[in-house]
Amino acid sequence: MALFGKLRSGLTKTRTGILGRIKEAVTGKKTLDEETLDAIEEILITSDIGVETVMELLERLRKRARIKGEDETAEIQDIMRQELKSVLSDQVERSASDEKSFFNPGVTPFVIMVVGVNGTGKTTTIGKLAHRFRKEGKSVIIAAGDTFRAGASEQLNIWAERSGSDFVRHQAGADPGAVVFDALNAAVARRKDVLIVDTAGRLHTKVNLMEELKKIRRVMTKLIPEAPHETLLVLDATTGQNSIRQAEQFRDIVGLTGIVLTKLDGTAKGGVVLTILKELGIPVKFIGLGEGIEDLAAFDLNTFIDALFSENNQT
Amino acid sequence: MFEDLTRKLDHVLKKIKGQGKLSEKNIADSLREVRKVLLEADVNYKVAKEFVKSVQEKSLGQAVLKSITPGQQIVKIIYDELTRLMGQSTASLRFANIPPTIFMATGLQGSGKTTFVGKLALYLRGQKHSPLMVAADIYRPAAIDQLKTIGKQLNIPVFSEDGKNPIQICWDSIQQARQNGNDVVIFDTAGRLHIDENMMKELSEIKEKTKPHNIFFVADGMTGQDAVKAATEFNNWLAYDGVVLTKMDGDARGGAALSIKAVTGKPIMFVGMGEKFNTLEQFHPDRMASRILGMGDVISLVEKAQIAVSEEESRRMEEAIRKKRLTFDDFLQQLRQIKKMGPLEQIIGMIPGLGASPLGKANVDEKALVKVEAIIQSMTREERRNPRLLNGNRKRRIARGSGTTVQDVNRLISQFNQMQKLMKRFSKGGKRSMRGVLGGNYPF
Ligand SMILES: Nc1nc2c(ncn2[C@@H]2O[C@H](COP(=O)(O)OP(=O)(O)OP(=O)(O)O)[C@@H](O)[C@H]2O)c(=O)[nH]1
Ligand SMILES: Nc1nc2c(ncn2[C@@H]2O[C@H](COP(=O)(O)OP(=O)(O)O)[C@@H](O)[C@H]2O)c(=O)[nH]1
Ligand SMILES: [Mg+2]
Ligand SMILES: [Mg+2]
Repeated sequence: MALFGKLRSGLTKTRTGILGRIKEAVTGKKTLDEETLDAIEEILITSDIGVETVMELLERLRKRARIKGEDETAEIQDIMRQELKSVLSDQVERSASDEKSFFNPGVTPFVIMVVGVNGTGKTTTIGKLAHRFRKEGKSVIIAAGDTFRAGASEQLNIWAERSGSDFVRHQAGADPGAVVFDALNAAVARRKDVLIVDTAGRLHTKVNLMEELKKIRRVMTKLIPEAPHETLLVLDATTGQNSIRQAEQFRDIVGLTGIVLTKLDGTAKGGVVLTILKELGIPVKFIGLGEGIEDLAAFDLNTFIDALFSENNQT
Repeated sequence: MFEDLTRKLDHVLKKIKGQGKLSEKNIADSLREVRKVLLEADVNYKVAKEFVKSVQEKSLGQAVLKSITPGQQIVKIIYDELTRLMGQSTASLRFANIPPTIFMATGLQGSGKTTFVGKLALYLRGQKHSPLMVAADIYRPAAIDQLKTIGKQLNIPVFSEDGKNPIQICWDSIQQARQNGNDVVIFDTAGRLHIDENMMKELSEIKEKTKPHNIFFVADGMTGQDAVKAATEFNNWLAYDGVVLTKMDGDARGGAALSIKAVTGKPIMFVGMGEKFNTLEQFHPDRMASRILGMGDVISLVEKAQIAVSEEESRRMEEAIRKKRLTFDDFLQQLRQIKKMGPLEQIIGMIPGLGASPLGKANVDEKALVKVEAIIQSMTREERRNPRLLNGNRKRRIARGSGTTVQDVNRLISQFNQMQKLMKRFSKGGKRSMRGVLGGNYPF
């Protein structure tokens, strides 16, 4: 509840009266006219949902142009939610993320690999995830697979300490595959429940760096055929349409089981994940809502859509 | 794609023309395509709207309406207008009369501030300055370690203090710079959200106390619609001097550049082109305009190509394109040219339509080039001219001769075929305009 409040206040903070404008536009009218549709378009586009998806959505709305009822804006919101979901169609079900089972996977060691472009929040997210596993009574080991960026393993080490997790690292510049090899062996030897592997941020366009990820993956698979059990792509909500390219490339090259959408405590809405869900079918599993260890929440499609449209009192 | 946009516009406008008059309303309809391109490039909704309106007004001139190629005319207007908007005010660094000159990097979390601080320090040292980097991010875990490590790598001193607040740290660093004779001080501040009032207040207090000569807003080049809010808020708090756009070595179209410039009027001063510290570049509004329009960074490519490719070589290429037939000799020659031009990833990213193609990916590995050269050199003259000759026997011989495998040879042949297809595409649809843009020096 508190987190939703935080999400909502972030999402709505600077929505300077667009909903107010919709309200104005529909007052006394019985149909969804172009003016209202324009205002809706603005909300959707500025949420980074992406032109194609927005056009599709508006087309559907045009078809259902008649609205009725007392509170038109509430109606519109309702219609929007329905239509958005039908645009996403069969992906909606996939998007349901079951938190309880994520943190109680029933496999040991449960191996999670975290990937993404530079600066999206991978390391922080690992700290938060480790903390949640610890709260579920699981033992965790964290591998410092980012041997490239200055200070990366020092940063991760602090998160390992904060969450009470074991930590495996090599010196700067070492082969990340070797780190992962050691970490996996340690996880097995020490009978740890969970291994979370950090990786260096890399742009999805860098062929050699993407190859390196594949190699890290192969190291895992060699030791545990099912590993990694989860490969999470961390996307920054502030990023625009490029997130789609990122999701596509990371999926094609390392395979993805889910997305974590960070920095939703800001004013960016991260709507592009809806397009990713629609086009690529990759579910969002968690959202990041701050820099603190507790600031992680399970993704909920309804809440997310509502937050895009929720009324706000601030200007 | 730029080509696409031109074609779409031409198509729409011709249709309209066929029906009668080209009117204001008709142009507005056709400009919807332009708006779409801008939005897909992450230009802010409102900024795109305004921009399209201004293009529409300019397009109403008679010259456009009467032109046989109104689409091209409009695209030119768009390109010029984008370039003008993004590059108006001059972007030069301010230096203090009495050193040290103070620089300050600010921005959202993970935007690339610390890396930029390293890059700027390296750049200024290259200009014979003596920089001191200041670790003013006391919040993010190991942020100070990060800067210290960078300092060691670059052999540039780093100032940090335990148990002090960022305002004090920045202040003290200036005293230290004076003592040690550093004429440049660069603050690395913590990432923060523009809506976090306490944290924003901290920045404005640092500004008050130290009066930096250059404050930068460091923005991730991949930023979406939110760019305008963050850029505006930071500007409200700090009235910064310039913008740095990072992570432009990827394939983001970079509409944020236009958005930020449009809402703040602040010049974009630098572009970050990689994680390494020698990848700081000047901002070129014209290149950015073509990138936003999806046209690839043709202009920088031309510049590089012009340096590397001799007249005669490029004539041969043109010839090949005209004949629509490619030989392995051409292929080898191209690879050598490419090698002369510099880091491959960068070059390939600049070529319209190539960045995302399998070819773009296949060729990036520089070591693979050596292999490719060896394979082609093991072919006979005939085989190079007529790749269809390459049967199993010949492939095996070539593989042996070049110390590679038959798979390597096959891979090269399939890349070759792809390039040939690509060339056909260029020479069919876009030859006229490609050559127009490139002045006939296009290496492919
Ligand atoms: N590819 C690429 N990566 C970059 C560029 N600039 C910075 N990075 C990377 O982006 C990530 C974040 O960079 P930092 O310099 O730590 O960013 P910051 O703004 O100081 O981040 P915080 O202090 O955590 O807010 C790192 O992985 C950098 O290596 C760039 O121009 N291109
Ligand atoms: N506001 C906010 N900041 C975040 C969030 N997640 C991470 N960050 C910050 O973003 C920056 C980059 O995070 P980091 O975990 O180092 O990213 P990595 O490079 O992907 O490992 C750091 O300054 C983090 O504190 C989030 O959910 N909200
Ligand atoms: Mg990291
Ligand atoms: Mg930093």
